[in-house]
Amino acid sequence: MKPSDVVLRTENLKAHYVLDVPGGQKVVRAVDGVELQIRRNEIYGIAGESGCGKSTLMKTLYAWVNRPLRLVEGSVFYSKDGQEFDVYALNKQELRRLRWTFMAYVPQGAMSIFNPVIKIKETYRDFLSSHLRGKTVEEMFEMAKEHIEQLGLPVSILEAYPHQLSGGMRQRVAIALAALLRPSVIFADEPTTALDVVVQRGVVQLLKDIQERLHNTIILVTHDMGIHANVTDRLCIMYAGRIIEEAATVEIFKNPLHPYTQFLINSLPQFGDTGERVSAPGQPPSLANLPSGCAFHPRCPQAMPICRERRPEDTKLGEHRVACWLHAERGEAEYAANS
Amino acid sequence: MQPILEVRNLTKVFHRGSLLARDRIVAVDSVSFAMQRGEVFTLAGESGCGKTTTARMILGFEQPTSGEIIYEKNQERWHPKIWFSQRIQAVFQNPFETFNPLRKVEGYLFETVRNYGLARSRAEAVELINAKLEAVGLNYGEVEGRYPSEFSGGQLQRISIARSLLVDPALLIADEPVSMVDASIRMSIVNLFRRLRDELNMGILYITHDLATAYYLGGQIAVMFRGNIMEMGPAQEVLINPRHPYTQLLRESIPEADPDRKWQGRISIAETEQEEYLRTGCKFAGRCPQVMDICKKQVPDLVDVEGVQVKCHLYAEQKSVREEVS
Repeated sequence: MKPSDVVLRTENLKAHYVLDVPGGQKVVRAVDGVELQIRRNEIYGIAGESGCGKSTLMKTLYAWVNRPLRLVEGSVFYSKDGQEFDVYALNKQELRRLRWTFMAYVPQGAMSIFNPVIKIKETYRDFLSSHLRGKTVEEMFEMAKEHIEQLGLPVSILEAYPHQLSGGMRQRVAIALAALLRPSVIFADEPTTALDVVVQRGVVQLLKDIQERLHNTIILVTHDMGIHANVTDRLCIMYAGRIIEEAATVEIFKNPLHPYTQFLINSLPQFGDTGERVSAPGQPPSLANLPSGCAFHPRCPQAMPICRERRPEDTKLGEHRVACWLHAERGEAEYAANS
Repeated sequence: MQPILEVRNLTKVFHRGSLLARDRIVAVDSVSFAMQRGEVFTLAGESGCGKTTTARMILGFEQPTSGEIIYEKNQERWHPKIWFSQRIQAVFQNPFETFNPLRKVEGYLFETVRNYGLARSRAEAVELINAKLEAVGLNYGEVEGRYPSEFSGGQLQRISIARSLLVDPALLIADEPVSMVDASIRMSIVNLFRRLRDELNMGILYITHDLATAYYLGGQIAVMFRGNIMEMGPAQEVLINPRHPYTQLLRESIPEADPDRKWQGRISIAETEQEEYLRTGCKFAGRCPQVMDICKKQVPDLVDVEGVQVKCHLYAEQKSVREEVS
């Protein structure tokens, strides 16, 4: 990967929720040492089950860190116009200028972001007037209309109130709004969750259209492996605040290396096959009380003594990386020699 | 064989709006089906298709506007409540809402034992509860003295199923039982339904929007859309060879976890749900890629096509199921 292709990278990113509880503090390690490199012009997927820290990772990347969430360690670098900068080194003004024009964020449940008492076009006007200077109201409406048309949504929605639209349509309008100022990076947090399958497909269609039109980067968080298989170019799997595996999406589905990824993919029922599907044993761990060593070891059928004691580092096999002792023979050999 | 549950022309009409401008919404529109013991019957469809309303009427939470629900041995709707709840048990969508967060989980299990007089002593009750918890892959030691917040969603859902098993029901009604459960443990619950069906010969009415698990469970399936059954037959046949254009759309829209089989083509989506409920003729006509003139005017009959019942004008030359019966 050429360094110039990278639009976003992190170094040992750690963000924890620090909660005051009677008799001390409780630390929830939602993002616990994440290394990422995301390229221009790709759809990058983040998969994992609820409580694995994927939404928190998204917020941390977007520099949207509010208490009790704290950035503990590490940094997030974006590159814009050939220059790389640390997003946490910016002041509030600079950050504000970047938002929506350079990076945009579609939060979970985005379909409920609209003000219920104003029409969709007023929401568009509000949005444009706070980010663009020197436009008349007519020009702004014209821009909104053109944008809606380009994305293949009906123009009539601009005259509608939010409650008059179906959930799927509202979700698509929210995503269209995020793409309005042609941002280079769009974060979408569970955009298809709680929608019907047919509507999900419409939302995914829109995300793909936006990416093809703008040639930008979309970072898609969802727990639905089917959606990832359909849209993402590269995919990472998150477990207990860390990325345990990352590769091209096709590679992850064809050749999953981490036992957790294998469970995730092999447990999905497929049409045309009624053979027994087995899900991972046990429960996901609490982020406030992580198991020692590899966080997956209590559920892993292939766990070895070393898994209980030491956390595996990333093993790179070309473009495929995995954090598992099964694939880190070298590390295992060193451990045996020292003990 | 005597069906364990039969529903005939079940209809539910809701009214909405003010006194002057009332909309009549037919949430369930003369739905008929029958299911046997030891069989999984799936009611599938998207939100707003009437599948949960159908389940609520079967459970007696909602009065049907018209139609009949017949439980085994032709018992009518006015069966004694105790008989009903010993034969039919339900599991709901959100396991976190099923249990009171301030009450120990075991309390629910003991209460059921007490209500039905299933044990004479506490030791006997514990033994019975332990046996049922073991059937769902837990045991009494794991549950004793703990509150709902100490369990994950998957565990709570299994405890909820164990509680319903205490009375040895003949029919389990499961309304979206896995939609709130994480993907990595979802299959453990679906596999549990398979076991209950095979080992205890239970009938399971499985209500879901997830067609992949419906295929996995097998049995019969009825695909609903805006209150109507659009297609009904053996699940594996209906989902591999969908005949109704709506089932075809639904089937194609499921994202398959295989990057070699991505979605092809584009789809259109209704702007509001209401326009579809109020449509005369086939409810799917507004979005159907194979729509004909007749579809917008006349409601199609349910016809039999190679063992699968399809409600579509495309198959009108086949014999109507209704004519066959009369």
